[in-house]
Amino acid sequence: MRHHDDDPKLDADGIARRGFLECMAWAGTGVLWSIGGGLPSSLGLTRALAAEAPTGAAPFTFLQISDSHVGFDKPANPDATATLREAVGRIAGLPVKPSFVIHTGDISHLSKDKEFDDADQILREVGLPMFFVPGEHDLLDEGRGKSYLARYGKGSRGAGWYSFDQNGVHFVGLVNVVDLKAGGLGNLGADQIAWLERDLAGLPSSTPIVVFAHIPLWTVAAEWGWGTADGAQALGHLKRFGSVTVLNGHIHQVMQKIEGNVTFHTARSTAFPQPVPGTAPSPGPLKVPAGELRKLLGIATVDVVSGDGPLAIVDRPLAG
Amino acid sequence: MIKVCPATIAVAILVAVGAPGVAPASAADALPTALSAGIGTVAVRIDNFTFTPTDITVTAGTTVTWTNGDDIPHTVVASDRSFRSPVLDTDEGFSFTFTAIGTFEYFCSLHPHMVGIIRVVAS
Repeated sequence: MRHHDDDPKLDADGIARRGFLECMAWAGTGVLWSIGGGLPSSLGLTRALAAEAPTGAAPFTFLQISDSHVGFDKPANPDATATLREAVGRIAGLPVKPSFVIHTGDISHLSKDKEFDDADQILREVGLPMFFVPGEHDLLDEGRGKSYLARYGKGSRGAGWYSFDQNGVHFVGLVNVVDLKAGGLGNLGADQIAWLERDLAGLPSSTPIVVFAHIPLWTVAAEWGWGTADGAQALGHLKRFGSVTVLNGHIHQVMQKIEGNVTFHTARSTAFPQPVPGTAPSPGPLKVPAGELRKLLGIATVDVVSGDGPLAIVDRPLAG
Repeated sequence: MIKVCPATIAVAILVAVGAPGVAPASAADALPTALSAGIGTVAVRIDNFTFTPTDITVTAGTTVTWTNGDDIPHTVVASDRSFRSPVLDTDEGFSFTFTAIGTFEYFCSLHPHMVGIIRVVAS
């Protein structure tokens, strides 16, 4: 496990509290993932931009972006479209072009056609293949998700789940924002879990697995609904694999947890921050002082460095 | 931008003042409880991802209006699906008139940890 001078202390649950507090100031761009030796690792986009292009063979890389909330115009960020555009600009400036982009949901704020249209127009500028899973904000049309499926669901099953293989890595996109139950958390449902079991059945246990879904598959904060009720069932089918990485969004802040061979990671939003659980009466958008948003965007970069042990989140303020 | 109920503010004050003395015996054990006090409309606020009042008792025929004060959209969906609002953005409202007697649990389909109860008693 690689350590840095500014490596934060991890709590017993492997969560870096100091990192959370610094991250809660927010700044979202995207997370660049690179796979070497079957272990994905990520770099905050700002840091990746600053890195020199590697002189050796380029690793297989992909990028995660999340929670664009196109259409959001409230005080926490009056123009979520502009910050998405800014994030896309940063992707375009990467020295190493990722192979594709995964969007972990809440593309739109209210599932309006114009919001999806605007998001598509901006994301098209990335010029890379994109893979989506829906957030709960993407299923608010009258058809409760028909609009999302028509736009993003080609080749998917059920409410939009699917899998694909890239460079020996098996990717699984899951949907845990449909048919949510009162009082509960995110929900995958029996059909999707049965499909996941079948989908994984033929794979050797040495296959690196990347699972992505909107709401965290592990329980981050039950009192705010930040978890997936039947997430453990899905993870049960992943236990035999040597390398499993779970990428989520929804909570608009970076959190990471390592459990056995499974690394859980949540990405920032490109739209607005949400508070750290326990620090606010509700998970509503966090308004930071005027002028802080883009400044914080520059300083809240987070690396996740892979090594021969568990991954660790390292907060790396760029300013100061 | 409250679309449904122009009298929301006045009713909200009425509910906040409350009238526990006239609560029906059948609802005496239900806390917290507010009563519609014999008028036709009761307001429920949605603030900080919470329905307030969370648990109310109304007489049959009462119209309940929910208004979203959060900067995040919410919905109001009956657990038995007997009513379901469209998505409510900031300051938008939804009304439903309860004609049947019974206990109606509801939640926000976006944030299902948000729950509330409407108890409808005979008028």
